[in-house]
Amino acid sequence: MADTHKPPQDFTIRMRRYDPESGEAPYWEDHTVELAPHRSVLEAILQARDRFDGSIAIRCSCRQAICGSCGVRVNGEPALACHTHLDAALQGAKDGVIEVEPMGNMPVIKDLIVDMDAVHWKKVQRVTPWLINKQPVPEREYLVSHDAMVDVTQSMACIQCGACVSDCLAMEVDPGFIGPAALAKAYRFVGDPRDDQQFERLNDLAQDPQGIFDCTHCFKCVEACPKDVNPMGQIMRLRRIATNDHHIVDQNNGERHEAAFTGLIKDNGLLWEAELLPRSYGGASWFGKFHPAAGKELLSSLPSIIRALIRGKVTPMGALKPHKIAKSDLQSVQSIYREIEGRPERYELNLYVSGEDEP
Amino acid sequence: MKVAYWPGCVSRGFTPELHGSMARIAPLLDLELVELDRACCSGAGVIAEHNQELADTLNARTFALAQQVQGAELMMNICSTCQGAQSECQERLDSSADYRAHVNGTLAGEGLTYEKGITNKNFLWLLVEEIGLEKLRSLVKRPLTNLKVGPFYGCYIVRPRPRLGIDSEHPRDHYLHQVIDALGGTVIEYAGMRKCCGFPIITMNKQASLKQAGRHLGDAVDAEADCLVTPCPLCHLNLDLQQPLAERVVGRELEMPVLHLPQLVGLALGLEPKELGMSRHVVRPTSVIDWSTAIVAATA
Repeated sequence: MADTHKPPQDFTIRMRRYDPESGEAPYWEDHTVELAPHRSVLEAILQARDRFDGSIAIRCSCRQAICGSCGVRVNGEPALACHTHLDAALQGAKDGVIEVEPMGNMPVIKDLIVDMDAVHWKKVQRVTPWLINKQPVPEREYLVSHDAMVDVTQSMACIQCGACVSDCLAMEVDPGFIGPAALAKAYRFVGDPRDDQQFERLNDLAQDPQGIFDCTHCFKCVEACPKDVNPMGQIMRLRRIATNDHHIVDQNNGERHEAAFTGLIKDNGLLWEAELLPRSYGGASWFGKFHPAAGKELLSSLPSIIRALIRGKVTPMGALKPHKIAKSDLQSVQSIYREIEGRPERYELNLYVSGEDEP
Repeated sequence: MKVAYWPGCVSRGFTPELHGSMARIAPLLDLELVELDRACCSGAGVIAEHNQELADTLNARTFALAQQVQGAELMMNICSTCQGAQSECQERLDSSADYRAHVNGTLAGEGLTYEKGITNKNFLWLLVEEIGLEKLRSLVKRPLTNLKVGPFYGCYIVRPRPRLGIDSEHPRDHYLHQVIDALGGTVIEYAGMRKCCGFPIITMNKQASLKQAGRHLGDAVDAEADCLVTPCPLCHLNLDLQQPLAERVVGRELEMPVLHLPQLVGLALGLEPKELGMSRHVVRPTSVIDWSTAIVAATA
């Protein structure tokens, strides 16, 4: 809890200023404001605007972390300006100066305002963000189990602030990636038992080269989200349902990679890297490596492979023969596979629904 | 100190120099490694993506095997991806007695049981928290003076912070900085040091994957690092093994050597680059070898 009894003190805010219409390059500007330490970074920015420079641009509305308007980067980390106390921001500040920048991965309109329409909202539109009713529509309400409803409330908690979009590392190199916020929104409907289009939605998102298999699993969005939406966790569930429940084989090697990896551990107990890549391209059998797609991949990787062989990093035997755990242990591992994969339904503990009974 | 040691798969596959260098430095650090050779792959997040219960059960088996090692104070791994994947499974296993009982039911056939609360630390964490930076400093025989080292943390060992126990008392996302400093080296900061190496999408979007690796390597080149150091063998694969391809994607020459953490520690403890397997890297660690030759010449 923030200490609300401390007297006002000086805080220096270093803001990144930019006006594309001016023709000038972005620049940093410092302002020192006087506020109690429990007040927010947003209040500091607004005070600087009131007292020193009326042209400072920031988007804000509710000032209580629910409208999602004031997403910025504070000391390089995504945050809601209204939800970041000045004393906490000062702790993460270099040289005692709190740095505030616009969010990343989106074009800057002015100063701290980014173009959410050009990126974030377009991506949300991409995932058909509305419920498509199962038919026939019941006369009264649909009956949905409590757990199923709590499950989708996690992604419904999203306030569309764009913090996860700002820091998505996949989007940084591939701007067309649908991204964490929109895919979390996609799960909101895929996970809803009332929706009629689960397969169609998943097939669409799996076949898109910039869909669910373009996520690089970096946990940035999980950390960035101020509302515990866990976008990456939702993306992994989209993948699980697409591959496991609907057996969707996508053109991006997502399903094949997962099957190859899981299958190799079942066969050997340990990963066999030399076999993982060709199977991910050519299919989950020993013959996968003779598939044209695997051959093409092998050719394009020759510069690395040749150097690895010359340097002795990879030996021909190491590439041709897997390393395995002992036979008795492998049998135990395979028996675990048999038991779990043989269940009529996947069993999945969702801590968001169940809570921690032993924190 | 005796530890139940989980080397992972890649340190025994495509990065054998990692496992080898760990074995070389362990006695110098007074570490007794009891290898968990019966355990299977952590799943690297991919098995969990396929079937969460399967990943949780396979890792519970590994934890149970580690808990059987007599006299071991904790479990240690040398792979950030294993750390991240295992921490995620452990979070679920430790949060619910019912779930743990369910998973232990599957392990019962083999007579194994996972007891809540295993301590599983990456070598980086163990180095700082168990051995201690002061002790490490005292063991240094050849300080890394004037060697400019860029830390490459990757993702799995720094995010998400609560799950990985990162807080102001345990700034684990700064430990590479602290270790480089304790070994006498110069820390070089650069934009990509806590970003994704690109490995997880190498088969799904190769261009984006190599662009990630190439950008971080390029940032490190621009910051004038002599080499990078990483606690993750999968990051090593994308940053070292794939570097020739990454160079093509970002359109620039990189030639940035990438060391495994035990190799960097071994150098400072007086071992030679070759003993630490550096001759097996795709990118020849010339800068590091030149540095060690110069240091040896100066001492002679």
